[in-house]
Amino acid sequence: MKSIQDLDRIRQKSLEKVNLRRNVEDANVEAEASGEGLTDGKPKDVLVCGGTGCTSSGCQKIINKMEIQLEKHQLKKEVKLIKTGCFGLCEAGPIVIVHPEGAFYSRIKEKDVEEIVEEHLLKGKVVTHLLFKGAIDGDQVKPIDEVDFYKKQQRVALRNCGLISPEDIEEYIAFDGYKALSKVLTEMTPEEAIDEVKKSGLRGRGGGGFPTGLKWEFTAKAEGDQKYVACNADEGDPGAFMDRSVLEGDPHAIVEAMAIAGYAVGADMGYVYIRAEYPIAVARLQIAIEDARKFGLLGKSIFGTDFNFDMEIRLGAGAFVCGEETALINSIEGKRGMPRPRPPFPAHKGIWDKPTLLNNVETYANIPQIILNGAEWYSSIGTEKSKGTKVFALGGKINNTGLLEIPMGTTLREVIYEVGGGIPNGKAFKAVQTGGPSGGCIPADHLDAAIDYDNLISLGSMMGSGGMIVMDEDNCMVDIARFFLDFTVDESCGKCTPCREGTKRMLEILERITEGEGEEADLNKLESLAKTIKNTSLCGLGQTAPNPVLSTLHYFRHEYEAHVKDKKCPAGVCQGLLQYLVIPEACKKCGICANKCPVNCIDGVKGKEVYVIRQADCIKCGACMAACPFKAIKKG
Amino acid sequence: MAKNLFTEENFSRLDEVIAANKETKGALMPVLHEAQRIFGCIPLEVQKVISESLKIPISEIYGVVTFYSQFTLEPRGEFVIGVCMGTACYVRGAQPILDKISQLTNTKVGKTSEDGKFTLEATRCIGACGLAPVITVNEDVYGRLELKDIPAIIEKY
Amino acid sequence: MITVKINGFEVKVEKDTTILEAANKIGIKIPTFCHDPRLRPHGSCRICTVEVKGGRNLPTACTTPVFEGMEVETESEGVVEARKEILDLLLANHPLDCLTCQQAGRCALQDLCFQYDVKESSYGGAKKEFEIDNSNPFYYSDQNKCILCGKCVYVCSQLQCTDAIGFAERGFPTHIATPFNQGLEESTCVSCGNCVSVCPVGALVPKSKEKFRYWETSPVRTTCSYCGVGCQMDLLVKDNKIVEIQPAMGPSNEGLLCVKGKFAYNFIGHPDRLKAPLIRKNGKLEEGTWEEAYELISSKIAEAKETLGPNSVAGLSSARCTTEENYLLQKLMRAVVGTNNVDHCARL
Repeated sequence: MKSIQDLDRIRQKSLEKVNLRRNVEDANVEAEASGEGLTDGKPKDVLVCGGTGCTSSGCQKIINKMEIQLEKHQLKKEVKLIKTGCFGLCEAGPIVIVHPEGAFYSRIKEKDVEEIVEEHLLKGKVVTHLLFKGAIDGDQVKPIDEVDFYKKQQRVALRNCGLISPEDIEEYIAFDGYKALSKVLTEMTPEEAIDEVKKSGLRGRGGGGFPTGLKWEFTAKAEGDQKYVACNADEGDPGAFMDRSVLEGDPHAIVEAMAIAGYAVGADMGYVYIRAEYPIAVARLQIAIEDARKFGLLGKSIFGTDFNFDMEIRLGAGAFVCGEETALINSIEGKRGMPRPRPPFPAHKGIWDKPTLLNNVETYANIPQIILNGAEWYSSIGTEKSKGTKVFALGGKINNTGLLEIPMGTTLREVIYEVGGGIPNGKAFKAVQTGGPSGGCIPADHLDAAIDYDNLISLGSMMGSGGMIVMDEDNCMVDIARFFLDFTVDESCGKCTPCREGTKRMLEILERITEGEGEEADLNKLESLAKTIKNTSLCGLGQTAPNPVLSTLHYFRHEYEAHVKDKKCPAGVCQGLLQYLVIPEACKKCGICANKCPVNCIDGVKGKEVYVIRQADCIKCGACMAACPFKAIKKG
Repeated sequence: MAKNLFTEENFSRLDEVIAANKETKGALMPVLHEAQRIFGCIPLEVQKVISESLKIPISEIYGVVTFYSQFTLEPRGEFVIGVCMGTACYVRGAQPILDKISQLTNTKVGKTSEDGKFTLEATRCIGACGLAPVITVNEDVYGRLELKDIPAIIEKY
Repeated sequence: MITVKINGFEVKVEKDTTILEAANKIGIKIPTFCHDPRLRPHGSCRICTVEVKGGRNLPTACTTPVFEGMEVETESEGVVEARKEILDLLLANHPLDCLTCQQAGRCALQDLCFQYDVKESSYGGAKKEFEIDNSNPFYYSDQNKCILCGKCVYVCSQLQCTDAIGFAERGFPTHIATPFNQGLEESTCVSCGNCVSVCPVGALVPKSKEKFRYWETSPVRTTCSYCGVGCQMDLLVKDNKIVEIQPAMGPSNEGLLCVKGKFAYNFIGHPDRLKAPLIRKNGKLEEGTWEEAYELISSKIAEAKETLGPNSVAGLSSARCTTEENYLLQKLMRAVVGTNNVDHCARL
């Protein structure tokens, strides 16, 4: 790549490739479901989601079948089959979208492929019964952005995910890819680039929310003959897959952003530290790096300037703590992922003690857009102190599990009930957990809180990297706290005393409580221990490890008290505290339960007396409850 | 394990990997990843070779290998069953599924069955939260599971 | 210079000074387990946490540099509470066998529990269970007592450059280990004992011939006589008998010793040790006086020089001599005897 003209030429040439997808909103999406207005033989783009979610639910089989069908019907010229990154609605996978109509097919099985090809691709008739149920209104097919799941979303970091083939650099270029890099290199000084990022108000999307522009400035000003930029793709929060989706769906955005960052801070080498558990993301990023080298977008004299930049992938090996920046640096250097004390911060002493800029994947994904559209545009999105959008991975007890990107300031209620489609099976919402093992659980009272960094912290949780897990009435909050502590204990690096020894003791106390052996004094002990761990731990993992316990203790203390005082688990989760009880009003005195009981602990007289379970002897197997034909046995 | 890991072929593959990475800064992690893939584990004999070639003390290599959960000192079973214990899977009932598999395969969590057939692991979130709860058996992924689906899946192997 | 206030006292220090160093300068003691000025700061134990006015949490004094106007409290209520909790946590995973522990009296954990009134741990639960490694001839390694301050590992890798031991596993099961837990005897350990010297607790202790308590001993500063480096050391003496040797911070050894300096002192009080010169008389070695011996040496040299010439004599010096002594020997040979036949056992 010698000049901007080269890039323009490739863009012009590639536009054709993506034409059907370019202005999705203008396309003929309002065509009736019957297929009127569509004629067969029209060129179409068939996008099949190839994210991890859809890969797990079998999208490769769909693609193979589709290939065969296209061959069979000699449609290979008219129809382009593209494997894209994540569409977001993983719950409905495998997903197939056909453009220009934007028909959104969900949960496609191998046998459905033939019908799509023959009806939609050949005859132009949208196969309504295969459409995502939210994508159809009466007999009208809704365009994707009218589907409830997408309506409130605004895609900046995810703009290309599910739209382009992540393995085709030309498609990325067609959608203005590498334009931001060319702009920065030829029109802006490093200081101007940093200034733009500063003015945008972008804050670190990895969880801490440190202003990105300041980080760039510190690294740029740090003295050093060699500097590095690094990308933290060690996404480890359970239930979070934002970064993976960006890397799988739009890897060039990261390559471009890191090159921009390299120019801004004066680095010629970049490292992407990525979890080995993400093989698809690794493979696509590797392809992206190699293609960028081939196109001269990485390497020497990029765009004919004297700027050189190259990058490498480094794989994690299964240690959550390596998401902490200094542990990540140790890991890149080939050491145990034990965090280093800060200061010195990576901006001064990072990889091999050289000044290093470290940002998270999603943070980088925003950079090209900020450069292209300007800081003013970006900072017009969001709230006063949290600008732009945030990607969340929504999971747990929610109808639309998946990936979404919303403007900062959207309320939790909007995300859960509008985007997420509410709680399944008519259950009641109990809490939403944000921030993973560093975050907390937010109860129903605060559902109207606007999502931004500061609000979530004031609610005792945090933004974290963007996992959002919904819990319903069947989830026990003590058990959830125990679950997260179990995670941190397992993932603590073992270096500093409070985290290594303290989280273990917190977990032991929580285990005692969930097993019915807790005492009231345990709750105070938990709180005081949590305080020391927060205040004295070496790194962010330890400093935030007690949050899931503290926030549940704060909002759901009554559940803890039920466990330690009444020896009951209100949600009926903690085995050690479960009780099976006969509901006297409902009991028909049939005696079936007593017959089924393997330890003969149910007393009563057939036809005469209501049956009663002797709790002391009950082994909590649940056989009675399953056997009762009248639903007269409850667990509590 | 009946299979002999320490074949000449495996060691020459290791030598190639080391040669390819020798000039890389921070070569240890990439080399260990490959060693794990070649041998299925990273035992003493392999660590000694890496230590001598990369000039890294074996005490440090041992520390690194035991720190990261993807590196193992002993070989794993023929089929590695991973039960995702990410939050999304957990709240959708991953624990009973884990217990059930443990019972069916007679394998404790984190261990390999006596016949070397299964290794049962409670894994970190694999990111297929939309399909929760999820288990993996080697490369195969099973999602949207219920307890009753488990025996049939184990039966397959 | 930067001015900071520690416990209300002002102190001026250089830029990049840590809180710990600044406090030391004015005699304010902040407790530490893992700190050692010779090592790269790592901030593992967290016992030196202090309160910095306006700070979010409690930073460690050993790793935090001072800034202008910084106000530090080293024993505030919050700090004391945190230190007590950390001690409580360490005790919960430590055998409470102080009554028989060899380290009693110079155990940092024992001393701090005394200082902060931590009598016992308030936690039950899991504890380490390791076998004692007694494969090394000079010291025991009892990982059950280890508090994972990491000093042994870092001294071994950063100062001694032997890399015999390292950290193994992670989280709660983390421990100090030789590769594959094969034991010290199988490792690259050179028995320098520098890990033993820095261990703040009883995890690494010398195999002592004598039973003694540290408070029964008194230190005698001396220079190691094994070679010419001039390592400074303290002989711990009980009842006029050396029972242990501790390295001292001399300019040439900076608190390090080798296996001989650290452990090979039993010859001093050994019954077979020569205390007077032996002179062969009638084919038998007999004890003589030093005057007798010197007389014999000088007469023999004179005789040899006389009859066979100065080059029939050679001087061979010992590595156990100091540089000055070696200088004197060669001077003796050249100026008095008149030969250049001078050599030294280190060359053999």
